[in-house]
Amino acid sequence: MDWTHVMPVVSAAFLGSFVEVVEAFTIILAVGTVRGWRPALQGTAAGLGLLAALVVLLGPLFSLIPLHALQLFVGVLLLLFGLRWLRKAILRSAGIIGLHDETKAFDKETAELKGAMAAHAAAADWLAAVTAFKAVVLEGVEVVFIVLAVGAGNGLIVPASLGALAACGLVLLIGVAVHRPLARVPENILKFVVGIMLSAFGTFWVLEGLGGSWPGADVAVLGLAMGYGLVALITVRWIKLQRSASEGARA
Amino acid sequence: MTVLSIAVKELLGLFVDDGSLAIAILAWVGVVAGLAGWLGTGGALAGGLLFAGLVAILVESVLRRAQSR
Repeated sequence: MDWTHVMPVVSAAFLGSFVEVVEAFTIILAVGTVRGWRPALQGTAAGLGLLAALVVLLGPLFSLIPLHALQLFVGVLLLLFGLRWLRKAILRSAGIIGLHDETKAFDKETAELKGAMAAHAAAADWLAAVTAFKAVVLEGVEVVFIVLAVGAGNGLIVPASLGALAACGLVLLIGVAVHRPLARVPENILKFVVGIMLSAFGTFWVLEGLGGSWPGADVAVLGLAMGYGLVALITVRWIKLQRSASEGARA
Repeated sequence: MTVLSIAVKELLGLFVDDGSLAIAILAWVGVVAGLAGWLGTGGALAGGLLFAGLVAILVESVLRRAQSR
């Protein structure tokens, strides 16, 4: 197995999934804390079941699509997804928009759930299970997309899935150990890195999908990632300089 | 219908945040696809053009959002 080929795929799947699973875990923890673990786990299991069905249905469909069309399709989706993440990560790093805070998210989810359960006391378990189900499905769809997108164009869905499963296992282990929202996870740094990697994969697959080939073949993904990373860091620095200059002028 | 519209909205939300960013990405991929036959896709030129355009689109979108704050 060529590790320069596999490692970027596994890393992107692991890191991207880690961010999403942390967010889902926060909501499941809120449900478990407010209403108990039974509805939280029931909702989680139902969500995982739906996601598994999605993978089982969509996975074989990919093998029916001609390779270049698949690469172009996946590449465009990766660009839309990856550049969106990278844009948000740059804006957060530069202080333009606020950082995601798992503790705040947990408090908000807890308050909303308590309010909803007070209003519909008879259906409290159902509401709790649906909240957990929704969290697993919404965050999990992103995990499924990341796994399929980074793995489908080059036949590496299994290593990408293992990367995602490792992320789920790690979040579960840490979550069970600390039993509170994983607020110390450097979410924006992870999003920054994943945004860069997904954008690099997307750019790579789009050209391959158009029938082209990159100089250096798969190694070009690393070059593209370095290029996106450099541009992103310069942009963050530029915005910070502009902001401090304008704040200095106002003072 | 509500559940379906929520699902569609969430699915779109995975890929579209700033609408003009998404449109610009799609348009640029279309331009490069159109030019690929003329430039040739075998070398670095089409790839370099694709990457440079995407970087410009990203930076423009970020700076526009930063200035609108």
